[in-house]
Amino acid sequence: MSVITIERKLLEKNDERAKQNRELFLKNNIFVINIISSPGSGKTSVLEKSLEYFNGKISVSVIEGDVQTDCDAQRIARYQVPVVQIVTRGGCHLEANLIAEASKNISLETTDVLVIENVGNLVCPAAYDLGEAMKIVVVSVTEGEDKPLKYPAIFRNASVLLINKTDLLPHLHFDLNVLKKNALSINPKLVMFETSCVNNTGISAWCEWLRSNIVKQ
Amino acid sequence: MHELSLAQNIVEIIHQHVAENDLPDVVSVKILVGECSGIVAESLAFSFSALVNETLLRNARLIIQKNPFAVYCNTCKQKSSNEWGMNLCVWCGSTDCEILSGTEMHIVEIAMNETANEIV
Repeated sequence: MSVITIERKLLEKNDERAKQNRELFLKNNIFVINIISSPGSGKTSVLEKSLEYFNGKISVSVIEGDVQTDCDAQRIARYQVPVVQIVTRGGCHLEANLIAEASKNISLETTDVLVIENVGNLVCPAAYDLGEAMKIVVVSVTEGEDKPLKYPAIFRNASVLLINKTDLLPHLHFDLNVLKKNALSINPKLVMFETSCVNNTGISAWCEWLRSNIVKQ
Repeated sequence: MHELSLAQNIVEIIHQHVAENDLPDVVSVKILVGECSGIVAESLAFSFSALVNETLLRNARLIIQKNPFAVYCNTCKQKSSNEWGMNLCVWCGSTDCEILSGTEMHIVEIAMNETANEIV
């Protein structure tokens, strides 16, 4: 019996492709965000409200990832922004090679911000670098305060937490401070915004923060 | 569910390594998986065994070595560990910590049966 040491990352192929994506995006001066949440937390709604807020002042392109259907791409197309739908047909997350392919259908020269809306899933997408500048995690207040503790990987890897559906707070036994405390216990550097897509609370704060980070890049 | 995708990556990397180096029968593949890497070890092992069936790696067993989650505290300069993946020093309670281990996932080594070569 002989043993050979092989120090290789399990995700080396994805990481290499993500690196190429990142180089391509940087070369074209595109700020890329990868939005991740459970199904139904409001990723698409937050994106719609953000597009409304920017109202064409920032050139946004969108890659939608879903297990099935192009419902989200149809929703986004109403805002007159370029959108590409990736249908994974069962795949629980997006991978860097899918983004590389989808990016070919986007005009990189005219895009300031590329939004990748990942498949609704708090587990698997956390592990896959797509070449984004930052991951954004969305949690809605109906999901409970314990989500950061139950799904730490995505909270560890994200830069921003959007706490969504805050208009429902009066109807819930939900403690916003406990959610924040739990999130910060996993990642003390998380930037947090409270948002509602029903009454538009927090959308401008989130969008202005995003805009300031585009400038920084 | 991404364990299947990860298992495919392991199989591809090992196949490539075996082919490039003309290696004999692989009997085990050892990987290091952080306890907070989001991997279900049993699912990964199951996916691996299903994928290697009828391939060069059909005799290979996947050995999954788990690595505990550990942080280094920038405040009290001590290392500590917690099973929940919290960015928290258990000694002084500071959250100003750097992650030392527990989120990794990589291949460590492969073992081969060289009986055939020894007989020759």
